[in-house]
Amino acid sequence: MIILLITGYTLTTGSVPVLQRFGSNFFFGTAWNPVEGRELFGALPYVMGTLVTSGIALLIGVPLSLGIAIFLVEMAPRALRVPVGYLVELLAAVPSVIYGLWGLFIFRYWMLHYIETPISTYLGWIPIFSGTPFGLDIFTAGTILAIMIIPTVASISKEVISAVPNSIREGAYSIGATKWEVIRYWILSYGRSGIFGAVILGLGRAVGETMAVSMLIGNATGPAAIPTSLFKPSQTMASLIANGFLEATGSLEVAAYIGVGLILLLLSLLINVVAHVMVSRLLKVKGGAIE
Amino acid sequence: MRGAPQISLNFLTQSTSGGGIGPAIQGTLILIGLTSLIGIPLGILSGVYLAEFGNNKYAATMRTVNDILTEFPSIVVGITVYGVIVIALIGEYSAIAGAIALSFILIPIVARTTEESLKLVPNNVREASLALGVHKWRTTLSVVLPAAKSGLVTGTLLAVARIAGETAPLIMTILGNRYFFQGLTQPMAALPLEIWRDSLQPQVSLQAQGWGAALILILIVLSLNIAVRIASIGRLKK
Repeated sequence: MIILLITGYTLTTGSVPVLQRFGSNFFFGTAWNPVEGRELFGALPYVMGTLVTSGIALLIGVPLSLGIAIFLVEMAPRALRVPVGYLVELLAAVPSVIYGLWGLFIFRYWMLHYIETPISTYLGWIPIFSGTPFGLDIFTAGTILAIMIIPTVASISKEVISAVPNSIREGAYSIGATKWEVIRYWILSYGRSGIFGAVILGLGRAVGETMAVSMLIGNATGPAAIPTSLFKPSQTMASLIANGFLEATGSLEVAAYIGVGLILLLLSLLINVVAHVMVSRLLKVKGGAIE
Repeated sequence: MRGAPQISLNFLTQSTSGGGIGPAIQGTLILIGLTSLIGIPLGILSGVYLAEFGNNKYAATMRTVNDILTEFPSIVVGITVYGVIVIALIGEYSAIAGAIALSFILIPIVARTTEESLKLVPNNVREASLALGVHKWRTTLSVVLPAAKSGLVTGTLLAVARIAGETAPLIMTILGNRYFFQGLTQPMAALPLEIWRDSLQPQVSLQAQGWGAALILILIVLSLNIAVRIASIGRLKK
């Protein structure tokens, strides 16, 4: 295992010097010009694209998954609990290309006609909603990501919520709290760090997700990819690599893609370490098991 | 979600023969086979180590690293394998590179589930065997592993289902082509790649082919999941 990590790490870093020699402002530049002799590579728009799409995914996905988790643990009758839980797990099993395919041919038009067009007609004056909706944009990609992280976040928060000891619930009820108050003030705050860990793991999944995003985000490059409006094509780090890697000509361009991969790796490492610290701190308290 | 591919069932049945997605199906099956061959033994070995001999600091680090690897962005795995295998070792996009990339994803998952299911084996079973004077490794091999068998099968199947649909690392390892299997060091086709390529084509017929490929892929993944479900139901009944 450790060998695996080390090879992965050293190789990615090993490929970077090539790139560092040329572009010292690789991390903050916005240009992306693969033309031989005039190469300019800047990763900033894609880092921003990644963060914005993942942010949208969390905004939409987390409340939904928390709702699912709370519903399954606290409210659902036994007959409903198993099939719904099973369905959520199946959502996790669907390969991401298939989400991409579905998004590209079907979901995109739903977004365009029922959500984006009305918003841009009535709220178009707000800067983040400016531009002509096209369907292949940041908002669609973020929404697909939200669907994809729901299984992860929901199943972990389900575990966390069911790990809340029953005595807490009973204590809360006995001082006259309503069901809603019990959930809001006791259960959610008791499982706070575990739920936070679940959210971060979901974020990790969203950041690294490649295929569905690369099919839906519209694939802009260069300064055009800076996410200024939700209804604009953009690019994430993962989708940039997936789209451009094979067409890369010249070692410098390949190195640039590998460098973007390195940024992505560092970002996801950071996210995962934070998540594991949060979840394991919770587990030390509970002594329970989270898959 | 699931209703969508079903519409294209007709397209699918027509397109599988000649010029269809035959190579892709074959490629995916070969990939699954190769990856299982590389990944499952390694994964189970590391899982066994972590569960049975893993009471020290080194194993604790390994466990953390393993957890992190499970959540790795798959495209980064793709780049790594591109750097190590495709460029340095073989010098070409190849089937074996794809299998190695996928086993990088498979190993941590299998190791994790192996460890979990070995932990479920009650300790008295181990103690009973050790009390009979059986060596520790022998105990692990012929007492603990068989006891955890169904858990192992379930975990492994789930992991295989996960890698069957993995696309991103395949882009820069097996490349994809339109021919049947030509050798381990040659580029190869695979279902997820086929779906990706087809869906970005302007021709409606190719898009339809992508839908068909998607349906097949979903069927493979779902049937693995259902097999797991049935296996675990059987275990609960016992």
